[in-house]
Amino acid sequence: MVRGVPVPRGAATKRMWTAYAFLLPAMVVYGTFVAGPILLSVYYSLFDWSGVSRTGTFVGSGNFGRLLQDSVFWRAVGNNLRLVAGSLVTQLPVALGLALLLTRGLRGMRFFRTAYFVPHMMPTVAIGILWIFIYDPSMGVVNDLLARLGLHGWMRGWLGDERTALWAVIATIAWQFIPFYMILFQAALVGIPQELHEAAAIDGATGSKAFWYVTLPLLVGTIRTAVVLSLVGSLKYFDLIYIMTGGGPNHASELMATHMFKTAFNQFQMGYGSSVAVASFLIAFVVSALLLYVTQFRREA
Amino acid sequence: MSTSGDARAALSIQRPSVRTRRRPVWKRRLNEAGAYLLALVWLAVAAFPIFFMGLTAFKTMREFLVSPWELPSRLNLSNFGSVWASDFPRYLTNSVFVSVVSVLLIVALSSLAAYAFARMTFPGRRPLFLWILAGMMIPIHITLIPIYIMTQRMGTYDTLVALIGPYVGFGLPISVFILTEFFSQIPKELEDASRIDGCTYFQTFYRITLPLAGPALATVAIYNLIGAWNEFIFASVLLQSPEAFTLPLGLRQLFGQFGIDTPAVMATVLLGSLPTILFFVVFQERVVSGLTAGALRS
Repeated sequence: MVRGVPVPRGAATKRMWTAYAFLLPAMVVYGTFVAGPILLSVYYSLFDWSGVSRTGTFVGSGNFGRLLQDSVFWRAVGNNLRLVAGSLVTQLPVALGLALLLTRGLRGMRFFRTAYFVPHMMPTVAIGILWIFIYDPSMGVVNDLLARLGLHGWMRGWLGDERTALWAVIATIAWQFIPFYMILFQAALVGIPQELHEAAAIDGATGSKAFWYVTLPLLVGTIRTAVVLSLVGSLKYFDLIYIMTGGGPNHASELMATHMFKTAFNQFQMGYGSSVAVASFLIAFVVSALLLYVTQFRREA
Repeated sequence: MSTSGDARAALSIQRPSVRTRRRPVWKRRLNEAGAYLLALVWLAVAAFPIFFMGLTAFKTMREFLVSPWELPSRLNLSNFGSVWASDFPRYLTNSVFVSVVSVLLIVALSSLAAYAFARMTFPGRRPLFLWILAGMMIPIHITLIPIYIMTQRMGTYDTLVALIGPYVGFGLPISVFILTEFFSQIPKELEDASRIDGCTYFQTFYRITLPLAGPALATVAIYNLIGAWNEFIFASVLLQSPEAFTLPLGLRQLFGQFGIDTPAVMATVLLGSLPTILFFVVFQERVVSGLTAGALRS
């Protein structure tokens, strides 16, 4: 109800249709390009279909049976979990540390903040290409540094080596995303009222004590947000892996999304690719729901 | 030195009630020095790859091979010349077109929808709102195959127009969310007055609400502009011919084209990164609020 406006009879119906008219364009586009395709994905996942022919062969849950046997898919699931762990363990603590550093009120920190944020503003493809050169076995900066330090045994083709490919990209992803979480934490830290720190200081809480007993508890909400964002982001991650390693060598850095992409668009198995997409969506959904449940529960306990 | 001392004195005059046990000066100095040291260490980590990129882009291939670490003997711009002579300008205009059109559509559609959610009552308001917000949780790649098939059948495959639908669709949920929150905070009385003066809902929305929503609209626009500008996965599935490539695909194309000519590749990467970095330096606060808005409000 819109207060204060005299409403003639029949106006309620008219207002309702006005509201629907306001919503219509957004709903049509959203339905066509977001909601509809999800349902179609589920539908396609029931077919053996190349995508070239008009229709495929109905196989029911056959694609999902095949998925259970697909060792590359399970390897990808494992790699996605490594990416989750790697991101949570490196990105969030470093970002929090940097945010604390930037909010200490020291001179020149505005410059540092701007400089720290620049990596996050580069297009992901540019970051990928740049880091391919940094990791290059013969011309790369990493190996050059190691050689100068006399650590010749550590030199390798970082992206071509099965043992290091995934971790090398995880490091690059951290380089790209630490600035984002840093800004997130900084915004939360700036939002903490100065009075709280002053009150705590009167009670004798300074330095690390103030951090553990005042700052950290007030950051819990933001930390939870950051964990959820990082987790969901890591489970659906695609870009830098696809650009830097393509999932290789020998699937060592394969993720659910790159596996889906290659199945559908390189091997033209649209039906099976859809079932990989649906399964990875379900995995991401269950893991995030679990996380939300656990953190929610923790808060109330 | 004396100025900072004065400032500190002024502060303690302002807040006489707070008396904390002051640590000795040498301890504080040491602490500050440690903080700056840490700040410099991270500066090295964050900036070194970018420094390396800049350094290499101004070198000749020969110089790069002889000494990757040394400064170039003279400011050599030929690498940028060859990037500019390539298809790079075309990729740039393609990206500008797709991003600008997508952002305009997102802002128009999401502000209309948000206005209805924030200001009107109608059956199904809450479920529809939740339904559109659910889009924030959807991983893009689950829609990739259907959208690829759809584009093939609609005949828009391999055109820039094909990208606009998905970009707008996926930009809507967060934008509707941010704008609905913002519109709800605008005092209702302003709109009531215009309604009494005989404005239609659309006139009220267009003449009263939108002009008041400038900051929120800017946040939404910038958030989506950066997203559309960098988008990679839809572009690589829906575009095939280099004439239609957006900047991200174009960068990858040039990376393949220049091959082992590292300085040329670095010039490409540098030129490709410049637009968003400059945009950030100029609109710093807006960019930051745009990027954190979605995250912090949820």
